[in-house]
Amino acid sequence: MSQTAQAFSAQMDQDLFNQWFDERMAQREADHVPSMTIIATKGSLDMAYPPFILASTAAALGWDVSIFFTFYGLSLLKKDLDLGISPLGNPAMPMKLPYGPDWAQKIDMKIPNVIMSNVPGFESMASGMMKKTLSNKGVASIEELRSICIEADVKLVACQMTVDLFGMEREDFMPEIKDWIGAASFLPEAQKADVSLFI
Amino acid sequence: MTTEANAILDARGLNCPLPILRTKKALTGLEKGETLQLVATDPGSVKDIDSFCSQTGNVLVEHSNANGEFTFVIQKS
Repeated sequence: MSQTAQAFSAQMDQDLFNQWFDERMAQREADHVPSMTIIATKGSLDMAYPPFILASTAAALGWDVSIFFTFYGLSLLKKDLDLGISPLGNPAMPMKLPYGPDWAQKIDMKIPNVIMSNVPGFESMASGMMKKTLSNKGVASIEELRSICIEADVKLVACQMTVDLFGMEREDFMPEIKDWIGAASFLPEAQKADVSLFI
Repeated sequence: MTTEANAILDARGLNCPLPILRTKKALTGLEKGETLQLVATDPGSVKDIDSFCSQTGNVLVEHSNANGEFTFVIQKS
C-alpha cells in the first residue's frame, strides 16, 4: 500500500476503535445503578431524619443504599423508638409553638440557656413539641420512614462495637438489621459507592 | 385533566419525601403504560417529581397547578 493509503487505513482503525470504545462506555454508564452509603452517628430526633429521608428517597429513585449505624446512631434501630431533642446548645433550632392561634405559631421564642437547663422536664417538653410540629406539617414519623426504607430494600447495618461499648442487647433491636459489622467491613462498600455521607 | 388515569394518589398535606415515596409505591402496582394521577400540596414536589421521572425513566405526561394543588399524571414505563 502507498504511504497515504496506509496512513488512511490506520486512521480508520483508530476511528473504529474510538467509536466502539465510546459505545461501550456509554452502555456502561447507562447500565450503572447509582449507589449510596451513609454512616449515621447521631441519635437525636432531628438527626434521625437525614439518614432515613435520604436513604428512602434514593431508594425511590432506584439507587442501591446502605446505612451503617454507629455510636448514638445505633439507637435509631431500636425496636421501640423514643427519640428526643435537646434545645440546649442548639442555637439553630427554631422554637415555635405547634398549637394555638396562627400569629402565635409564627413567633420564634428565644429562651435563655439558664431556663432551658434548669427547668425540669424542659427537654421532654421540647421533644414533644417537635414531634407535634412534625406531624402538623405532614412530615413522616421516623418509624414510618424506617419501614419505608426496609420495604425499599435499603440495607441497614449495625456497629457491633457500639453494642459492646454501651452494653446493649441485640434483642432490643429490629430483626431487619442485615448485619452486625465493624468499620473495616463497611469502608470498602463506602469506597465503591457513588455517594458516601457522614451524618 | 384531560386524560383518565388508571390510579389516583392523594398526597395533599404530605411533605417531602412522602409524595415521592407514595408515588413509587403506587407505581409498582401498575402495569407498564398505565398512568397514575398524583395530587400534592408540597411545593417541593414539582421539582421532586421531575427528578423522579428522569431518574426512573417514568414519563411525566401532564402537570398542572391550581390554588396551591399540584397535579401530575405519570405514565409507568
